Amino acid sequence: MTRHISLKSAINEALDQEMARDPKLLIFGQDTAGGVDAGGETDTWGGVLGVTKGLYTKYGDQVIDAPPTEMAYVGAAIGAALSGFPVVAEVPFIDFMGVCFDQLLNQAAKMRYMFGGTAEIPLVVRTMVGAGINGAAQHSQMLTAMFTHVPGLKVVCPSTPHDAKGLMIEAIRDRGPVIFCEPKYLYETTGPVPAHPYAVPFGQAHRAREGRDVSIVTYGPMVPRALEAAAGLAEKGIDAEVIDLRTLSPLDIASVLKSVQKTGRLVAADEAHPRCNIATDIVAQVTGQCFTSLETAPQMVSAPHTPVPFSPVLEKAYIPDEEQIMAAVMKTMP
Amino acid sequence: MNHTENTDISHKILLSAYRRMKTIRTFENRLHEDFKAGIVPGFTHLYAGQEAVAVGICSHLTDQDQIASTHRGHGHCIAKGVDVMAMMKEIHGRQGGICKGKGGSMHIADLSKGMLGANGILGAGAPLACGAALADRLEGKGHVAVVFGGDGGVNEGAVLESMNLASVWKLPLMFVVENNGYAQSTPQHRTTSVSSYEDRARGFGMPAVTVDGLDFMAVYRTAGELIAKMRAGGGPVLLECRTVRFYGHFEGDSQAYRPAGEVKDAWKDRDCLHIFARNSGLDRAELDAVDRDVEQLIEASVQEALKAPHPALNELNDGVYVSY
Ligand SMILES: Cc1ncc(C[n+]2csc(CCOP(=O)(O)OP(=O)(O)O)c2C)c(N)n1
Ligand SMILES: [Mg+2]
Repeated sequence: MTRHISLKSAINEALDQEMARDPKLLIFGQDTAGGVDAGGETDTWGGVLGVTKGLYTKYGDQVIDAPPTEMAYVGAAIGAALSGFPVVAEVPFIDFMGVCFDQLLNQAAKMRYMFGGTAEIPLVVRTMVGAGINGAAQHSQMLTAMFTHVPGLKVVCPSTPHDAKGLMIEAIRDRGPVIFCEPKYLYETTGPVPAHPYAVPFGQAHRAREGRDVSIVTYGPMVPRALEAAAGLAEKGIDAEVIDLRTLSPLDIASVLKSVQKTGRLVAADEAHPRCNIATDIVAQVTGQCFTSLETAPQMVSAPHTPVPFSPVLEKAYIPDEEQIMAAVMKTMP
Repeated sequence: MNHTENTDISHKILLSAYRRMKTIRTFENRLHEDFKAGIVPGFTHLYAGQEAVAVGICSHLTDQDQIASTHRGHGHCIAKGVDVMAMMKEIHGRQGGICKGKGGSMHIADLSKGMLGANGILGAGAPLACGAALADRLEGKGHVAVVFGGDGGVNEGAVLESMNLASVWKLPLMFVVENNGYAQSTPQHRTTSVSSYEDRARGFGMPAVTVDGLDFMAVYRTAGELIAKMRAGGGPVLLECRTVRFYGHFEGDSQAYRPAGEVKDAWKDRDCLHIFARNSGLDRAELDAVDRDVEQLIEASVQEALKAPHPALNELNDGVYVSY
C-alpha cells in the first residue's frame, strides 16, 4: 500500500529529495533556519507554518534564512538563479507579494523575453494562498489570477499531497520562474504519495472525478469542495465530473474542452474575487472554443468582491463552498 | 541595567501611565490564556513585556497625533486610548468590535483616536505615517506622527525609503524601533546589519536616541524631548527602545529557539511593570487599586465579547467602494 502523508510533508519531501539531488539548489526564506544563533535550539520553525522544517539540519548552508525584506531576497533569488544557482524562495503569504512584486513582474517574468531568449531563471517562489484559517484581510488572499495574468511566470496550485510533491519537483527542475501557490487550508490533508522522487508535468489537468452530466472545473482549495458537491449531486442523480487544473499557467484548456464536449454543461469555480479570475477565464475560453457543445449557460462560483473578513462567520460566508457549487450546477440543469 | 527613578513626572501622569501599562499586560495575559483554551480565533501577537514603550511614547500624544502600528498592535492601541471593550470584541470577531469584527487582532484601528491601524504587512505603516506627518506639517498646528516597528520589520524597504522621505521632507515623524531581539525565531543580528538602529538613522541624516525600553521613566522623558522638538518644527527622529517579548512570536510558538531560562528570567528581572512599581514612587496601595480595576475591566471585556453576537451575514459586502 502507498504511504499517506500530508500535503505539507509532501512539499517538504520534494524539497528534500531535490536538495539531495542538486547540491547547488538553495532555499531562501524567513525563519527557514528557525532560530540559528539565538542561543536555543535551531531549525525550530521551517518557515511560518513549518513546511521546510528539518531541511536546515540536513542541508546546512543550502538553507538560507533571510531578513523580512522580500524585495531584497526575492530579487536576490532571481539574480542567483540567473547565475547558476537554482533557488526556492518562500514568500510566506501571497498577500506579502506586494512588497516584492516589481522583482517578479518586471524582472524575473520579462528577462528571458527582453534579453532575446537568453536568460534562464530556475526559480520557484513558494507562497501560501487562500482563506479559512481566520488570517483576516492580509493573510488570506487568493491572488493566483494576478500572477497568471503575467507573461513569463508559470503558476501552480496543487490540491492533493501527490500533486504537491510532483509539481514541486517539476517546478524546481523547470528553467523559468514558477509561482508555487500552496493552499494552506489543505496543508494537513493526507493522501497517497510515492516515496521516490517524481515529477507531475505542467499543463496537464487531472480528472479528480469522472462524470457524464456536468463539468466542474477548478483548482487548489476548491477541489475538495467540488468533490463534496459532486457527492451531494450524486444523491440527486446528477453525475458531475471534476477537473482539477493543477497549473494555471500553462493551462490545460484541451482537457476542459474535452470534458465539456462530453457533459455539455460547465461550472467553473475559483476562491478568488469574481472579476478576471480563473473561473471567468475558463468560461470565456470554453464559450469561445466549444460554444455549440454547451447545452446551458455556463456558471461561475467565486468569492465576493471584498477583502477577506476576519470574523469567522463572515469568513465562512465569504469562502465559496460546496453548497454554492451545487446551486450553480442546478442552474445549468434544465 | 540601572533604571531611572522618578523625580520630575507628576503623580497624575504616572498613575495614568501605570493604568495603561497594566491594562495592556492584563489584556494580553488574558488573551494568552483564552487562546490556549481555544476561544480566540485567528493569529494573535502579544505585546506583553513591551508596555513601557507604547505608554511612555503615547503619553505625550493627543488624539490629533497619529500613530501607525504593527502586527503586535494591541499595546499601541491601548496606549493611544482605544476602547478596550471594543478591542476585545474585535479580537473575538464580534458585533461591537472597533472594526465591526472585520479586521481582527492584526487590523485594529481607530481613526478618531489617531490610531491608523495595526498592520499585517511588515513596514507598511511607515509610508502611511509619512503622509500623516506631511499633513501635520502642512496644517502647522504642531501635531506629529509616530510609526512603530520591530527590530526585524524595520529592515523592509518601505521603512528605509520612508526614513529618507521623512528626512528630505522634514516631517514631524518619530520612527520607533522596538528591539525585542527577535523577528519570529530569528535573532536581531541575523536580520539587521547594525547592532544599533541609531546608525541607520544617521545614514538618513536623522537624529537618533536609544533608551532602555523597560524603563518607563526613561522612555517617557526621552520621547517627551524628541516629540517637543518635532512639535516646534523639527524634522524626523528615530528612537530605539531595547525591550523584551514575554510570549512567543504568536500564540502557539514554542520558543525553543530562545536560550533556556531567557523567558523565565525576563518575567522575573526584566518586567517593566515591576521596574515601574519600584522606581515610580507610587504607593503599593494605589497600584493595587488600579490592578483591581483593570482586572475587572478585562474580565468584563471578555464576558461582553463572548456574549456579543457575530456580525450579520449581510455585513459581508459593507465597506467596499464597489460590490458584487
Ligand atoms: C511583508 C511581511 N513579511 C513577513 C511577515 C511575517 N512576519 C510577521 S511578524 C514578523 C517578524 C517581525 O519581527 P519584528 O519586526 O522584530 O517585530 P516583533 O514580532 O518582534 O514585534 C514576520 C517576519 C509579514 N507580516 N509581512
Ligand atoms: Mg522583534
